[in-house]
Amino acid sequence: MTRKRRRLIVLLACGLGLGSAAALTLSAFSDTLELFVPPSRIATDAPHGGRAFRLGGLVEAGSVERVSVAGQPAARFRVTDGGATVSVEYVGILPDLFREGQGVVTLGSLRPDGVFKAQEVLAKHDENYMPKDVADALKKSGNWHPETGAAPPAAALWNDPQTKITKAGS
Amino acid sequence: MNRRLLLLAPLGLAAIGGVSFYAMLRGMKRGTFDPRGIPSQMLDKPLPDFDLPGFNRADVLKNARPILINFFASWCAPCIDEAPILLKLRQAHVPLWGIAYKDKHEATDAFLVRQGNPFAHLAHDDAGTVGIEWGITGVPETFLVDAAGIVRWHFAGPLPPEAADALATRFTS
Amino acid sequence: MIAELGHFGLALAVAFAIAQGILPLWGAHRGEARLMQVAPALALGQMIALGISFGCLVWASVADDFSVLNIAENSHTLKPLLYKITGAWGSHEGSILFWCLILAICGGLVALFGGPLPASLRARVIGVLGLTACGFELFALLESNPFARLWPPPLDGRDMNPLLQDPGLAFHPPILYFGYVGMAVPFAFAVAALLEGRIDAAWGRWVRPWTLAAWCALTGGIALGSWWAYYELGWGGFWFWDPVENASLLPWLTATALLHSAIVVEKREALKTWTVLLAIGAFAFSLSGTFLVRSGILNSVHSFANDPARGVFILGLLAIIIGGSLLLFALRAPKLGASGLFAPVSREGAIVLNNILLCSIAAVVVTGTIYPLFADLLLDTKISVGPPFFEATVLPLACPIFFAMALGPFMSWKRAALAPALMKLWWVALVALIVGIVAKMGMHAVPAFAMGGAAWMILGAFADIIERIRLFRVSPANSFHRLIGLPLSSFGTTLGHAGLGITVAGIAGMSLASETIVLLHPGEHAQVAGYDVKLVELHDAKGSNYNARVATLEITRDGRPVVTLAPERRSFTTQTMTTTEAKIHTNLLRDLYMVLGEEREGGAVLRLHHNPLAPWIWLGALVMALGGGCSLADRRLRIAAPTRAAAAKAATNKAARA
Repeated sequence: MTRKRRRLIVLLACGLGLGSAAALTLSAFSDTLELFVPPSRIATDAPHGGRAFRLGGLVEAGSVERVSVAGQPAARFRVTDGGATVSVEYVGILPDLFREGQGVVTLGSLRPDGVFKAQEVLAKHDENYMPKDVADALKKSGNWHPETGAAPPAAALWNDPQTKITKAGS
Repeated sequence: MNRRLLLLAPLGLAAIGGVSFYAMLRGMKRGTFDPRGIPSQMLDKPLPDFDLPGFNRADVLKNARPILINFFASWCAPCIDEAPILLKLRQAHVPLWGIAYKDKHEATDAFLVRQGNPFAHLAHDDAGTVGIEWGITGVPETFLVDAAGIVRWHFAGPLPPEAADALATRFTS
Repeated sequence: MIAELGHFGLALAVAFAIAQGILPLWGAHRGEARLMQVAPALALGQMIALGISFGCLVWASVADDFSVLNIAENSHTLKPLLYKITGAWGSHEGSILFWCLILAICGGLVALFGGPLPASLRARVIGVLGLTACGFELFALLESNPFARLWPPPLDGRDMNPLLQDPGLAFHPPILYFGYVGMAVPFAFAVAALLEGRIDAAWGRWVRPWTLAAWCALTGGIALGSWWAYYELGWGGFWFWDPVENASLLPWLTATALLHSAIVVEKREALKTWTVLLAIGAFAFSLSGTFLVRSGILNSVHSFANDPARGVFILGLLAIIIGGSLLLFALRAPKLGASGLFAPVSREGAIVLNNILLCSIAAVVVTGTIYPLFADLLLDTKISVGPPFFEATVLPLACPIFFAMALGPFMSWKRAALAPALMKLWWVALVALIVGIVAKMGMHAVPAFAMGGAAWMILGAFADIIERIRLFRVSPANSFHRLIGLPLSSFGTTLGHAGLGITVAGIAGMSLASETIVLLHPGEHAQVAGYDVKLVELHDAKGSNYNARVATLEITRDGRPVVTLAPERRSFTTQTMTTTEAKIHTNLLRDLYMVLGEEREGGAVLRLHHNPLAPWIWLGALVMALGGGCSLADRRLRIAAPTRAAAAKAATNKAARA
């Protein structure tokens, strides 16, 4: 076995390994990539044939109803982006951050009847928009001290007569 | 020679990665790149019809020049953070219209007195329906609407100073 | 005052690190022994300074010193003491300081145990570690000072993210960090070798234990993280191919490849250039994983302050460290010299195959992780790459590794034949086939195949030991004698390979997991996988910094009581956040996993999981880490031997001089 021959074999093996990796990647890309489709583009862009994609938008206020699907507790709600609205059905427990009027991303596929069957629901951030760095910046600038009072309640509760607003703003 | 090139390949790959990550960071800072954001469906679309106490779609169109529309609320702490940046935009003569989102009118007024009022016009979206229609995911959120009433740019969250500077130069030039 | 002391310790450490980065490297370059000799003292000095600094941070956290911004943001008087201590590395600033501390400890350990190294190599390794540490300490000092003060101090802190207040996560970061940062030592060895312009078998022998130690920590850290995700996130899944998980998997894959290729350098002086590249690559992946998470480019539960400005600083640091070492590699690697010859079918060949496949998997994972970012940046489309992509690409590449893993140890160095090795494994193949066929009766094809593969790996790993002790071919006493005489490292190999097999079996078993979501009122029953679950009652409970809603579940099987579990929903008062506390009952063959969801109509929505073989996933990782520990113990003996000899020699010289 000469040095040249060995190098050739090793290079061939490397080529084979990386080549198959590339081939696998490309084939998997064409099958498994999850597109992000907002409601208003669902008619044109949504993949058919039960392929999974991500539907994202806002949970329409007042649209959430708790139902029972095949004996299992489920939730139905509508997701909107202003342009269009899509009904979503999800069997399972909604995430802790899920609220009406807030951003949500769901993963699932479109049923023939036009209802989006979600396998996964990911709630986006709080409506109150409090990324930690912003809170930091605020505290540094002395404008807001969460220590001196609780953060204001979520805005959805403002019009709710049962919520007592003890502290408005900062 | 071939071997040399082969040995340089890892450096090349790392360099490509580094440059792109730098581009992403810059984009995040200027608000043009948001790896987590839900893309706004309003982009390059005409404004939906709305009529709020304060102003309506016709007022925006009558204006016939590009404006910024900012959703804010007095209960929103990041809006306090954003206030000086908006004031600076106002000083740079950027037409800025505000929509108070799910807020009490007196609270909004107190907020604007305390933080300074950067808005040329103010509307109240008490029920939050316009916000839903526009697809905002929280407050503050800012839209750039051109003279024809078409949304050209959108930013979720408090405007970073870099983005505000970029906007100011865009409006003055 | 304590905070200022900590701040001073950090500044002192930077000074030590600068000296440690410059003097020994300069000394090694000029061949000045005195400059090279200061390296260990400087490394120890840096370690002590940072130790004091970190100690101050822990003290401030335990003493609830809310005038320190970092503490005020992440702590609370009501927080349990354990989390006050672990909170010191839970925040962004604290974790960077902790990161620096581990890097300094690595430098200190090289200084303490690096006695037998050639003087110039030791000076260069410590010097490179000093330069790396210097960068990160400057970052801590200038951009993310953990001791910054807040005035006026608030009455109470903001508290830590409740998801992170968990024993699993409290110890997950330090172990993972030891893995990440431990990779700095092989990296420093690689850069030092490039500076020296030569690599020999001894280099391979010195690099291996460091790599092994870091690899063990990384394995443990990843397993702990996955276990945390399993029981704390409440989804019943254990690996989500989340970008952050992938960021920890990448260094693990490259470190595993490095671990094997370093053996070839040690035994056969081959694959030198490649091993150096792997050492750089493993550390580069460790660093960039941290960077991607910290800069906010990737989303995660550990979302530290997402500050692009900080990201730019870290990116610059990475550009210097990774770019510099890769440039050095491109310039100096041709000097490392040609390597030994071997046939494609040989132990070396098997390790090359392992390396190629592991790196291909790493390449696929990198692609899947960053492709959405690039698509967003360049093509302006939002897509995500989910588990189906990774399963479709990683599995086909992993299968040949699983197959070759049992065969590799049966190959001889330099030149081997495939047939005899396969002959020795005939019984393993038979058992694996039977396991596969039996599994096929209850499972889908892919998991059944994985079950067979797991049996092949586990038994194949032990076949190596059986072969070595010639079990059943010589008398049992003789076999036992041989067993005692075996070096610990061969047990290390066996345990390492068997551990992966156990994990694969666990993952395959999870494909049988069943899940039911039910709405139960108190007194009602539900069934999951043959178990009867009865909701006894719902009540409120109070924790030190949260209020909880607890469901009591009585689980029986065929009328016999199994266990009573009480899953909770906790709402944390200071962070206005709710978490679900899943409750798990395990018997090492299956997990019963119960989650309490929302309440409606007087009842509770419950998610009931039955996860067969789930504990094996983490058990396997534990066995893998244990195998690494075995090999490490063996190495230490071998490395300590020359140390003792050298020490004895030095002592006699001293005595002779006196």
